[in-house]
Amino acid sequence: MKDFAALFNAIDQSTKTTVKVAALADYFATAAESDRVWTIAIFSGRRPKRAVTTTRLREWAAEVADIPLWLFEEAYPIVGDLAETIALVLPPPDQTSDLGLTHWINTLRALTDVDESARKVVVLEAWRSLDPTQRFLFNKLLTGGFRIGVSQKLMTRALARAAGGDEAEMAHRLMGDWNPAEVTWHSLIEADDPAANASRPYPFYLAYALEDEPEILGNPKDWQAEWKWDGIRGQLILRDGQHFVWSRGEELMTDRFPELARARDFIPDGTVLDGEILAWGDGIPQNFNALQRRIGRKTVPKKLLRDAPVILYAYDLLEWQGQDIRDTPQRERRTLLEALCKGLPEDAPIKLSPTVAFHDWTALAQARSDAREAQAEGLMLKRRDSPYLTGRKKGDWWKWKLDPLTIDAVMIYAQAGSGRRANLFTDFTFAVWNGNDLVPFTKAYSGLTDKEFRKITAWVKKNTVQRFGPVRSVTPHHVFEIAFEGIQASSRHKSGVALRFPRMSRWRHDKPLQEANSLDDLNEMLKTYG
Amino acid sequence: MSVLTFTPDGIYCAAGDFYIDPWRPVPRALITHGHADHARWGMGNYLATDIAAPVMRHRLGDIPLETITYGEQRVIGDATVSFHPAGHVPGSAQIRVEVAGEVWVASGDYKVVDDGLSTPFEPIKCHHFITESTFGLPVFRWQDQADVAAQINTWWSVCAAAGKTAFLGCYALGKAQRLMGMLNPEIGPILTHTAIENTNAVMRDQGINLAKTIRADADLTPKDHPGALVLAPPSALGSAWARKFGAQETAFASGWMALRGIRRRRAGDRGFVISDHADWAGLLSAIKATEAENIYVTHGYTDIFARYLNAKGWNAQAVPTEFGGDEAEDAA
Repeated sequence: MKDFAALFNAIDQSTKTTVKVAALADYFATAAESDRVWTIAIFSGRRPKRAVTTTRLREWAAEVADIPLWLFEEAYPIVGDLAETIALVLPPPDQTSDLGLTHWINTLRALTDVDESARKVVVLEAWRSLDPTQRFLFNKLLTGGFRIGVSQKLMTRALARAAGGDEAEMAHRLMGDWNPAEVTWHSLIEADDPAANASRPYPFYLAYALEDEPEILGNPKDWQAEWKWDGIRGQLILRDGQHFVWSRGEELMTDRFPELARARDFIPDGTVLDGEILAWGDGIPQNFNALQRRIGRKTVPKKLLRDAPVILYAYDLLEWQGQDIRDTPQRERRTLLEALCKGLPEDAPIKLSPTVAFHDWTALAQARSDAREAQAEGLMLKRRDSPYLTGRKKGDWWKWKLDPLTIDAVMIYAQAGSGRRANLFTDFTFAVWNGNDLVPFTKAYSGLTDKEFRKITAWVKKNTVQRFGPVRSVTPHHVFEIAFEGIQASSRHKSGVALRFPRMSRWRHDKPLQEANSLDDLNEMLKTYG
Repeated sequence: MSVLTFTPDGIYCAAGDFYIDPWRPVPRALITHGHADHARWGMGNYLATDIAAPVMRHRLGDIPLETITYGEQRVIGDATVSFHPAGHVPGSAQIRVEVAGEVWVASGDYKVVDDGLSTPFEPIKCHHFITESTFGLPVFRWQDQADVAAQINTWWSVCAAAGKTAFLGCYALGKAQRLMGMLNPEIGPILTHTAIENTNAVMRDQGINLAKTIRADADLTPKDHPGALVLAPPSALGSAWARKFGAQETAFASGWMALRGIRRRRAGDRGFVISDHADWAGLLSAIKATEAENIYVTHGYTDIFARYLNAKGWNAQAVPTEFGGDEAEDAA
């Protein structure tokens, strides 16, 4: 585990991507083969099944540390990470171990076959023999949720460097359903696999936000406008008689959206489409809430398929008749896309995302203000003679989003954050007035600067009314402007509404408590925008 | 009436009509040490140790300040007071107050290990002990100073070998001078931000032996000092002044660096765990050594620490504190 701990320290002690990639590449070039495969598995979200409940781990850690369980539970939210809290409270190790990552993972995998008292013996023995960093990593493996600042992208880059070869190819090799206990380094990383090419996606082109008025873009005739949808960006690939659906995060989502399989019935092989996966009903896109139920589900029950069917709202054509056409100008790709979509039947899972016609920028600004009625979150502007670029590049694509909705609300509960925001109060519950009562209606975590979070943290410490575990109720005093993208009726919330993307847009030092908004104001917004 | 009481202005002794580390202006203030959340401006009269006094004058200007040496007894009204080493920073004191045979000790900030700079902590027997609890959780356990010194010097050597300037963020009073004593001068020159060098000058003037440093002010040419380590207040890291030094690594030295979340939030590249406050075991050993039955817990995880002490048989209570804000966190 020493190699792996050294790798972790090198990555954790730097904020620089180049340093992290170099540390990973070095590890992939030198570590034991099975350790390398497990490291890839861990950093791409594959890990051994959890064999011990976190409740037991807390009890065992408190017992070994000789502290009462309540004290452990108080320390946990302050540290902000269970694996770390355990590693910190335990007494220093009284023996050492030279065993590698694979050994410890196999130890964890074997736990599922034995009873709890035997599991306890194994875990306590591991704690006694690992140094604090190794212990922390062991606990991370034990508890799951292994996030340590290495994105899959970073790891892929390091692998490409260590093993030679192309990053996109490497990314593809790591996709799909492989088992780290069964594959070898060679089969995973080095072996030639011609079938791999069929599913390979193109890198997505990402737009910058338009901060100025659109007049800076010049002649409106050079630009195409479309609605900007609030769904999941996706790439649909039809090659070799198969289909593949990729997310923007280069995650293969084919099985999550089985409706898209029917695209093969209508669209010829050798086609790649870029578009937005949206829930669809009554002939129009549905709001994000409908799609939300589909996210994170690897398999979809029949009822959900009926209740929240999805389509790909196509807005670009990247490959046509087996040819990469990304260098063809936008206007020509659009013409081809329109021709392709023209004959599609009403029930096809692919539809053409329409353009928004406009003569001048004033007319477009007018159209943008109607985006909410169109179930869109704003407009996309694309230069008609531009190629399809790679990654986020300024100049040819702009997103021109609607200004968010806002409401002034009172902070009533505060909770410490976790991870990087441990020991700071960063998670707040906000309320609006209902007569003389404050009704909670949303939580928000982001939008303040670190300095503001430190200031509010000091205030929360001094103005705590009551503590409920990690949550503190505070004296109603501070008013914040909450910005959000949408509002929906919700039976799960006391206030009867749920917000989309709520965040703190301003700390309203200028606003007295009594002047925060009311539940009536929220209901009015629900009527207008819900 | 208690010998010491907790008032909105600070800790008050009615028998001697004085305050200890008051938050608001009062006629007579006994000051444990010179950090800004303990030594504030505007008191009618100050009493502090002779070792703490020069830095307090440097920070607060021409104040009416009397001094006292460690262990010296002084009668104020019906109270007898004396100051005893707290081991926190040079000159820092626990203040012992005795009235009619009842002894209270207000410890201010303290640590129990010898840092090689401050007069080491001395346990004082008392009936009532006021303790801080900045790191009053069992997750805080400090490593030996020599081990941390080795980590810092290794990091510095690697930076120097890579042609980078090593920026080490730390509090200007106490922590900076302690670190200077831990650094290996064979690796390269130690440069100091003006805020730190001014404090160094005050301490050297009063006869405290400090490592050789070079003031990194506007006149300094960074490239004349290859392989340097720069000590700077955290607020100066990444500033225009720091960027002048070109390729650099940044680190932060504080007890808070024990927590990975805070380390990632506060530190540039590295965090070194070194504190001028007692860790969990240090707090408990200090409290035991006083043989006091009544413990008052201030500054830090007061509720949690007091609850633990009560469960262990002490008569403990949490005392509300005015928080020092950012500076208190940096100083830790």
